[in-house]
Amino acid sequence: MTAFLVKRLIIAALTLVLASMVVFAVMEVLPGDAARLMLGLNASADQVEVLRNQMGLNAPLVLRYLHWAGGLLSLDFGRSYTYSVPVIDLVRERVVVSLPLALIALALSTVIAIPVGVFSASRQGRTGDTLAMGAAQLGVAVPNFWFALMLIYLFAVWLRLVPAGGFPGWGAGIWTALKSLILPAVALALPQAAILGRVARSALIEVLNEDYIRTARAKGLPYRAVLWRHALRNAMIPVLTILGLQFAFLLAGTIIIENVFYLPGLGRLIFQAITQRDLIVVESIVMLLVAAVILINLLVDFSYAIVDPRLRARQ
Amino acid sequence: MSLLEIENLSLTIGATPILKGVELTVSPREVVGLVGESGSGKSMTALTIMQLLPHLARAEGRVAFDGIDILGATEDQMCALRGDDIGMVFQEPMTALNPVKTIGEQVAEGIRWHTKAGRAEAEDRARKILDRVGLPEAKFPLSRYPHQLSGGQRQRVVIAIACALKPKLLIADEPTTALDVVLQAQILDLLRDLVRENRMGLLLISHDLAVVTEMADRLTILRHGEVTEAGDTARTLSEQQHPYTRELALASMHVPARPKPHLAGSAKPLLEVEGIGRDYPGRRKSLFRPAQPIRAVDDVSLTIEPAQSVALVGRSGCGKSTLARMILALDKPTAGTIRYRGEAISGKAEAELKPARRDMQVVFQDPYGSFDPRQKVEKLVAEPLHLLEKQPAAAERREMVAHALHEVGLGPRDMDKYPHEFSGGQRQRLSIARAIITRPKLVVADEPVSALDVSIRAQILDLFAELNQKLGIAYLFITHDLTVARAMADEVLVMHEGKIVERGKTPDVLDHPRSEAARALVAAAPDLHRAIARKMQEQG
Repeated sequence: MTAFLVKRLIIAALTLVLASMVVFAVMEVLPGDAARLMLGLNASADQVEVLRNQMGLNAPLVLRYLHWAGGLLSLDFGRSYTYSVPVIDLVRERVVVSLPLALIALALSTVIAIPVGVFSASRQGRTGDTLAMGAAQLGVAVPNFWFALMLIYLFAVWLRLVPAGGFPGWGAGIWTALKSLILPAVALALPQAAILGRVARSALIEVLNEDYIRTARAKGLPYRAVLWRHALRNAMIPVLTILGLQFAFLLAGTIIIENVFYLPGLGRLIFQAITQRDLIVVESIVMLLVAAVILINLLVDFSYAIVDPRLRARQ
Repeated sequence: MSLLEIENLSLTIGATPILKGVELTVSPREVVGLVGESGSGKSMTALTIMQLLPHLARAEGRVAFDGIDILGATEDQMCALRGDDIGMVFQEPMTALNPVKTIGEQVAEGIRWHTKAGRAEAEDRARKILDRVGLPEAKFPLSRYPHQLSGGQRQRVVIAIACALKPKLLIADEPTTALDVVLQAQILDLLRDLVRENRMGLLLISHDLAVVTEMADRLTILRHGEVTEAGDTARTLSEQQHPYTRELALASMHVPARPKPHLAGSAKPLLEVEGIGRDYPGRRKSLFRPAQPIRAVDDVSLTIEPAQSVALVGRSGCGKSTLARMILALDKPTAGTIRYRGEAISGKAEAELKPARRDMQVVFQDPYGSFDPRQKVEKLVAEPLHLLEKQPAAAERREMVAHALHEVGLGPRDMDKYPHEFSGGQRQRLSIARAIITRPKLVVADEPVSALDVSIRAQILDLFAELNQKLGIAYLFITHDLTVARAMADEVLVMHEGKIVERGKTPDVLDHPRSEAARALVAAAPDLHRAIARKMQEQG
């Protein structure tokens, strides 16, 4: 078990290092000079050169990478070109919006998907299954920003239950703050839940045909008990895998959703940074998102070991 | 009064009739054997009693268990019966247990469900029944997971689950088919003892007439969903009134006629294996000590002459399949040499192996798993042709496939079919056609008839014998089934824990085994003659 965990941890760390190299390299080849950007279009070549030296942009590539990566480790992400404040301060402000949003969406998608998967699998081929899977098909196909607009129209404009956008800050009280995160979280979660529900259904259907399900039935357990106690845990492996893989898409989804709901989160920050060519901010946030995806997948790996004893034994 | 009474039971799944007017009774303390070939409806009869039939199945007639009308019972009533009054043991122990739950949880679950006992009490009872089925606490604590147990041990757990609450009726559906003969004998002994102790009725379902004869007081023989004959075991099998009973009995003892093939005077051995071994890396127990390797094959030597048929027998896990893989150059030995027609094949590059591969083909056990379902027979059977030096043209290739199919008793029209259009026996014929298309001198057959019904099995054995005679093919049969060895082999090698412990002419080894391993195999092997004689004595 420990060997399994240690191995996964090492793999995750290596992935992170590799990803940082790729991100750094991509930013290097992108057009746009940081110094020229900061000084504006009218600056002379000499002025730009002086600033480049000051910023260390003329140092060798490897040194600059090491400097940048070392900074990341100590949470020193550098200074934003446009805001002229440390990137970490920007991130700190924004992450308290984006992290809860992503986690709520993740939890919501799981909480919706698994019962739907169980419901559909146990009624395979019947009307309930067809309807649920039809809805899931729709959920996969329809883009999340459209969902978002519909949700705003229904719950904010028409029913006036929640605000249509913006974020009052956690200082305004937890409930008030949460209320403005509900719609964006739902809009993010629905397409994820649709995919996850379909995976859960097919994994369950496969498991329900296994011999040990028959053994459990022969014990006298009713169908529902067999489904929840024996089948679901065995069907969790593919569900967890997709959950980990989909997390990256969920984060990408926050960029759009935060813009639709006018939320001051990381997604909006990275969007603004890209349009303003604030490359150091882009770089930092991309690395953060990469780290989040790697972390979630590491957790997924660990949960495999919890779900399946055979993985604990194998090294 | 009978415990179980089945009267005029008919079953259809969709529009397909499965059972027609089946009659069957089981009394308390009675062992009733239900015999039939695959597709005869044996398992469906069992699942009807359990009411675990697939969707769309419709049963008519009367099934009464202990006064309860099973066909009219509600699902709640059935849940109360299953696992409490009726226990069931299944065929495939490797997949019959939930891989993510401990054996303790799985045995205790049924006990808790039916008796409403607390966790501690249920685990206590689970411990007792596991002890009883031969899984003592010291080696098999409740916290074991199924993957930590062997097939025989898992079957014991399944039996523990089924017998935990001392059911009145135990249904065992091919409980030993997936096990080797020694384990089979042990499991059958255990079932017999449990039946006696708990005064259960036992419905034993099997395709193996010898096994059922050893166990059952009465027999019911099923064919195409209909009972062809039923009665006391001894009388039914000694009189064999129904032609199908006779057919089954003859087929299960079938020994193909094997006239000596004439050889074009080559005295050189075909295959020489000298002192080969195969180590697998073991599990590391400590960070500081190197892992102890597991020796799967240990210093094995053997020779096979042209057109000779050799059987390699042994229990599951004794290393016989590893040995076969090395002979086929699919695995590299860690010691020793293998020479094929005088040329060493171990350590050669794949390109240099081509002539040897052409000359050595293989037939596997599972005729369902060994074909790509999306390819046509022509392509599947022609596969080994890439080993030829000169690739045949399309027309010539078709010709060769047609010829190989003809040799195994299939027609040229079968070329354009897909594997699923064939029965199990026909698929094994396809495997053999694929094996002989390159005109090999040696065919390695790994349990080639274990998955087949007795009548099909007899036909396939005949086919092997015929090809041996006609084409002079030598065989290496790998099997735990001594009847295959007796039917097909000139010479028998007995393998035990990686070593060859006994070798000799087939009748010598099988009738007068000297080593302990060979004696155990022979003693455990079910033998229909012997079983009938014993039943005749018991039942008068």
